[in-house]
Amino acid sequence: MNYHRTLKSAVAALAVAVPLCWSGFANAQDAVNLRMTIWSANEAHLKLFSDIAAGFKKDHPNVTVTYESLPFDTYTTALTTQIAGGNAPDMAWIFETAAYDFVNSGALYPLTDTLKSTKGYNAEELSATAAERWTKDGKLFAYPFSTSPFAMFVNNDLIKASGAKTPAEMIAANQWTWDNAIATASTVGKTGKGGLIVRDFNYQIWQNLASVWNGWGASPWSADGKTCTMTEKPMVDALTFIHDAVFKNKAMPGPGESVDFFAGNAAMTITQISRASLLPKDKPFAWDLVPLPKGPAGNYALIGQAGVGVMQSGKNAKTAAEFVAYMTNPENSAKLSQFFPSARKSLLNAEVLKKTNPLLSQEQIDKVVISGIATGKVIPGHTGFAQIQQVVRSGLDAVWRPDANIPAALQQICGQIGPLLKR
Amino acid sequence: MAVVQQTAHPEGRSSSSFWTVARRDSLAGFLFIAPQLIGITLFVLTPLCLVFWYSLHEWNVLANTFTYTGLANYQMLLEDTSLPSVLGATAIFSAGLVIFNLSLALLLAVLLNQKLAGITIFRTLFFSPVVVSLVAWTIVWGFLLQKNGGINGVLLVFGIDGPNWLREPVTAMISVIVVQVFKNVGLNMILFLAALQGVPNELYEAARIDGAPRFKQFRRITLPLISPTILLTSIITIVGSLQVFAQIAVLTQGGPGLTTTVLVYYLYQQAFQFHFFGYGSTLSIMLFVIVAVLTFTQWQMRKRIVFYES
Repeated sequence: MNYHRTLKSAVAALAVAVPLCWSGFANAQDAVNLRMTIWSANEAHLKLFSDIAAGFKKDHPNVTVTYESLPFDTYTTALTTQIAGGNAPDMAWIFETAAYDFVNSGALYPLTDTLKSTKGYNAEELSATAAERWTKDGKLFAYPFSTSPFAMFVNNDLIKASGAKTPAEMIAANQWTWDNAIATASTVGKTGKGGLIVRDFNYQIWQNLASVWNGWGASPWSADGKTCTMTEKPMVDALTFIHDAVFKNKAMPGPGESVDFFAGNAAMTITQISRASLLPKDKPFAWDLVPLPKGPAGNYALIGQAGVGVMQSGKNAKTAAEFVAYMTNPENSAKLSQFFPSARKSLLNAEVLKKTNPLLSQEQIDKVVISGIATGKVIPGHTGFAQIQQVVRSGLDAVWRPDANIPAALQQICGQIGPLLKR
Repeated sequence: MAVVQQTAHPEGRSSSSFWTVARRDSLAGFLFIAPQLIGITLFVLTPLCLVFWYSLHEWNVLANTFTYTGLANYQMLLEDTSLPSVLGATAIFSAGLVIFNLSLALLLAVLLNQKLAGITIFRTLFFSPVVVSLVAWTIVWGFLLQKNGGINGVLLVFGIDGPNWLREPVTAMISVIVVQVFKNVGLNMILFLAALQGVPNELYEAARIDGAPRFKQFRRITLPLISPTILLTSIITIVGSLQVFAQIAVLTQGGPGLTTTVLVYYLYQQAFQFHFFGYGSTLSIMLFVIVAVLTFTQWQMRKRIVFYES
């Protein structure tokens, strides 16, 4: 009798355990682990991304998303090394300068169909100009989740102490031009403090100078990207202006000089608005954020972008594309826009931006953010940009000398990058 | 060995068995060196063969294409207009580094080869940069060498307007050489110190009795007797100089222009920044050949310059 009871219990236990084990085995088999490489290691950013991944997991319990932070300076190199080593991530952030390489090479999985088929995604509201660099043959290959305008941060304390006019005063008097901006920077520079800094330029990242030379209507190459235009008058004039600002007016830190605006050591800096988070909290100074000054070619704006794409080589590219669709849907885009301004039209209004950028005033949001994203040109980029960047950087070293022959140096640069642009 | 073999096994048994003592010894020997042999095969020989294989291909990492191109990358090597500047910078860097490093190391070793109280403190001080993290060392020097950095700050105290060390072609090259020398001179100094302490004192006593001045003693006794160490340090330093990367990447990024773009940094740019893995591999093969030829030449020269080998 006991024997029969034991046998019955064992059969019942097996009847429960086997399906459970089987389902567990099946779940383990279906488990999908997605990895996204990013260049931010900011805690607040990572928390938001983790929340988004957790939200996706609610509808896709078998999918786990992890984020891998790579160093900003060597991000693209580290990413391509992973790809070369057969360890490509499923998804990756991509710099605007590297966009052409990734989009044109076929490395990325097309997102258009997934985005359009995602309920409530509203793909049409993404600004076409913002999507341009990430689109090929009508298909979007990476979603530009961050479209951040460049603007001028101002230290009004330093400027007033030097006796110069502040940018706000110049804007009110309709005098906010590059000549006047450099005059103010020069006045502050003579007090021993830094004048105007193009942040991250450091005489290496020359593409950031587009925040100045766009005011002259200059561009390093033609619109179709085939011809070098650095020898044309707008570029020669713009670089001569910058050269004079550095070496004659002492309005900008020279090569090898290190000055930090956010430590309160310079009058003005050009950078993206997301850098507002660097403003000091311990020893605050009176700061302002204003649009870029008017150049000889008129008013202009410059934007930097970051895209998120799905690697074509990944085993789970379809699921990764679904995650990108979830990450960039209207609801999550609104959350992301507190750090990364969105190019979605519904999020480009003062009400939303004021909530997500509490440090900025209504006027700053209107004049700098909304206007900048709507009218701004994206930082220069090209297929094979890393090599072109290096050749131009090397050639521009001849410009960053007090006795430079700027037209000759630019002529030489065009001679070197001409064949690279045509490739 | 033959005696041991006969003692361990009677002649009849050892000839009939496959596992003779000689074979057992060989197997044991191979087993002892197996970890090293496997390591070299996996991490040196295999990558070397793979790099040569890659150099015959055009490898587009992003497009995931790997196309056989024969000797096209080697042809590109001949047509690369930047390469002469890169090789020139490499040669200047290596020559400057070897001369400055060995001279300073020998000078320090001679100065520190004294029996004075507290001399070990100085030896430790000069050796300490060797154990400091290379990148941390270079970053600190990067701050010091800025236009408004520490070195120019000190010069300004004496009324000297210092140069823009890392932005002028000549001073940039001098700066990266000096940073590298100060980092590693302690290692060569210790090797020279050990060699100097191995020179018999009687020779100097005899020379002194014969009336030989200090410099002549150094030239005729010290230098010949430490010549094996000079050969060793020169080989290590030359090979090391051809592999310099971090200092260039942190301090100058190869600039201004291409003046400090040495071969390894150029190779890194081509492969990892521009994604030309095939051409980068070709440059690696070239570097391998250069290192091999230089080392072989130095090794051959030992018969002429090294005292013990004549």
